[in-house]
Amino acid sequence: MNATVQQEVRPAADRASRQDYLLPDVNIFETKDGYVLEAEMPGVGKEGLEITLEGNEITILGHRHPEEVAGELLFRERRLADYRRVFDLDPAIDAAKVSAKMDQGVLTLMLPKSEQVKPRKIAVD
Amino acid sequence: MNSLIRWNRPDIAAWPGFGRLTDLRDEIGRLFESPLTELARTSQLLSGWTPALDLYEDKDNFVVKAELPGMKREDIEVSLHEGGISISGERKSEEKHADAEVYRTERFFGRFQRTVMLPTPVAGDKVKAAYKDGVLTVTLPKTEEAKPKQIEVNVN
Repeated sequence: MNATVQQEVRPAADRASRQDYLLPDVNIFETKDGYVLEAEMPGVGKEGLEITLEGNEITILGHRHPEEVAGELLFRERRLADYRRVFDLDPAIDAAKVSAKMDQGVLTLMLPKSEQVKPRKIAVD
Repeated sequence: MNSLIRWNRPDIAAWPGFGRLTDLRDEIGRLFESPLTELARTSQLLSGWTPALDLYEDKDNFVVKAELPGMKREDIEVSLHEGGISISGERKSEEKHADAEVYRTERFFGRFQRTVMLPTPVAGDKVKAAYKDGVLTVTLPKTEEAKPKQIEVNVN
């Protein structure tokens, strides 16, 4: 694998300093135009998202909106921590054109490649 | 649907949440510890997707919250039956990446079903469900008979 979005960054120092975050489940695809990253963050709305591009790293942070449920918890499987995951970016990605959308707890990041690196056909006269 | 285990109030414990790796262990643990889940749910081990859910109770309602990110409302089914509630549905895979190279596939697509047994009857006609930010919240009001009552006794 070359340096692409699928490589995850987990430096030890970062791990020690971070709070207790959940790792969102992700799907990552590469097409000829760029990468698509989908991350599952149920309980996070658009306003709870923080996406940071720094150097060749992208950090996805999802803050859950607080849940108010009065009453007694009978059964728990969910963990109500925030989400965080960091990825290395392929240098071919055009950082200025990264876009994101959030739909029912699924973040979709579009990471287009810059024009120079896209495969192109050259017409021969 | 039959539950083979008598309902007891379970001890509440937060799952450690190491994700997928602990699923099998959790499943086995639940078989022995949790009377709230249907035994038939072990079949989910093979199919893959077991959405996490919480169950709350206050004096008037039970509240079930289930994490179902990326669903369409019409693909979620909530049904009541004697003794419990079932949440099922299907998350359909999108075809748009047919020609793409796949790097990670951690998300699950397909059918799921979860069943929760409730310790007291609920008013079926007053059940409400809401789906927001990938979390389904089902509010199940208790029947009048099932609500705790206070009986005043005159002391002479």
